[in-house]
Amino acid sequence: MRAPDNPVFAKGDVLLAVDNVSLGFGGVKALTDVSFDIRKSEIRAIIGPNGAGKTSMLNCINGFYYPTEGRITFKGVKRPKMRPHEAARGGIARTFQNVALFKSMSTLDNIMAGRSIKMRSNFFWQLFRHGPAMKEEVAHRRFVEEIIDFLEIQHIRKTPVGKLPYGLQKRVELGRALAMEPELLLLDEPMAGMNLEEKEDMSRFILEVNQQYGTTIALIEHDMGVVMDLSDRVVVLEYGRKIADGTPQVVKSDQRVIDAYLGVAH
Amino acid sequence: MDILYKVFIEPFVFMGEAPDLLIQTLWEGLVSGVLYALIALGFVLIFKASGVFNFAQGIMVVFAALTLVGLYEKGVPAFLALILAALTMLVLAVVVERVVLRPLVNQPDIILFMATFGLTYFLIGFGELIFGGNPKEMITEALFLPQGTTELDMLGGMVRFQHLDIAAAVIASIMIGLLAVFFSKTRIGRALRAVADSHKAALSVGISLNQIWVIVWFAAGLVALVAGIMWGARSGVSFSLQIIALKALPVLILGGFTSIPGAIIGGLIIGVGEKIGEFYWGPLVGGGVETWLAYVIALLFLLYRPQGLFGEKIIERI
Repeated sequence: MRAPDNPVFAKGDVLLAVDNVSLGFGGVKALTDVSFDIRKSEIRAIIGPNGAGKTSMLNCINGFYYPTEGRITFKGVKRPKMRPHEAARGGIARTFQNVALFKSMSTLDNIMAGRSIKMRSNFFWQLFRHGPAMKEEVAHRRFVEEIIDFLEIQHIRKTPVGKLPYGLQKRVELGRALAMEPELLLLDEPMAGMNLEEKEDMSRFILEVNQQYGTTIALIEHDMGVVMDLSDRVVVLEYGRKIADGTPQVVKSDQRVIDAYLGVAH
Repeated sequence: MDILYKVFIEPFVFMGEAPDLLIQTLWEGLVSGVLYALIALGFVLIFKASGVFNFAQGIMVVFAALTLVGLYEKGVPAFLALILAALTMLVLAVVVERVVLRPLVNQPDIILFMATFGLTYFLIGFGELIFGGNPKEMITEALFLPQGTTELDMLGGMVRFQHLDIAAAVIASIMIGLLAVFFSKTRIGRALRAVADSHKAALSVGISLNQIWVIVWFAAGLVALVAGIMWGARSGVSFSLQIIALKALPVLILGGFTSIPGAIIGGLIIGVGEKIGEFYWGPLVGGGVETWLAYVIALLFLLYRPQGLFGEKIIERI
């Protein structure tokens, strides 16, 4: 049975649609015939037990993997086979389950790196740090400082991120994604390994980004409390297949979801 | 006892007695050190951004210099030849990215390393085919590189400074300085460092690996061109120049493969070390120390500090 989408929660048009997507690696099927959509300005959660294919789904959306079958439509256009940096330029930003930062670079440089796609000055000016390159650097620096203020990480601005505790690294990674001013922000377990206080901070940032800038967010999360509080709609995967899709309330009471999480007597 | 005296006392006494000779030796060591650093920098650029140890860096030095001199001999004005040689390095970078790196992406490092061996022999053959295998003279005068020497009276003696050496040290230092600023302060430099840290994360913020590879290979090509002009001016342009380029290897072991300051300091240590070693300790073993001392220093470093002076320490967690 397919849980019905609840139209009440649709804040806008379909931003990204996943249609009948399957993904296989040799003989192993990571995703089988998965369809769902992400609407403008909503927070969409993707949940499921370990190995359900959640991260594989995210990897398909941002171009690390290309689906073996099915198609992904972004902003109404069917996506050709694309590489991750092209997806990034198209407006899709993401964070990673195990934090992928530029460890030897400072917080500031990490977030500035997220700004790369917005900068256009050419190689020649860059080499001499003059003219347009300098003006551009200053303008973007201002934007990045706003992000740093927003995420309350002023005190670690110059620290190499490899030296930061895990919770702060996750925050810097979010900052780097925000610097891209993405239309779709993918968060892979943004609260994994955090304590309660850090989780509350992170939840607050996610909600504020969504509400202040209207950024569409798709997130994978294991903490059910967080998922139920944050998300507008939830899609549930198990063994690479979709088993439920709908509002948190609908999904929570779905028998198949309960079985998937708690196990079922055979 | 006699041998201990000769190894540990006499050279230092000699240094004290003739400070002008010490200055002369140090100066010569510094000049070759700066040039070693420049060559090592070419290796570091590529190693950082793509994890490839580019064996072809040495031949790129020769190839760049050959292109410059070869074009000049065919009647192209010197400065146009210089620009064309730089463009040739750009074309080489694009071709290497397309034909070598892109098809081999995600292959083990050893495969990419072997591919640079292939590139080396291709460039040797291609260079000989077009410009011939004979050694050539670097076009020092046409490029307005200074000639002659200045002799300064100091410390009760005379120290000679070749103008060409001064120019080489200045130009190489400017080049190294520009690259250092470029790496630390600009968008593309930041992207280069980002790629060096994490390919996955770099891709996710919209940095194109292919573009970065072209840029680093081009930068390494420009460094090779400058190194080729300077070394060529000192010892002629021939394929044997790549042996000198191999000196970058001990420099890198000393400085760490991923560190730009390391390449600079490593280059200076090797350059000065081998000149001092040759001049003061060389006679004890009948000379010729200069050719192997750098490798011995590198070997000692491998034993006691394998990550080099500035390299990232690799800690394996179990």
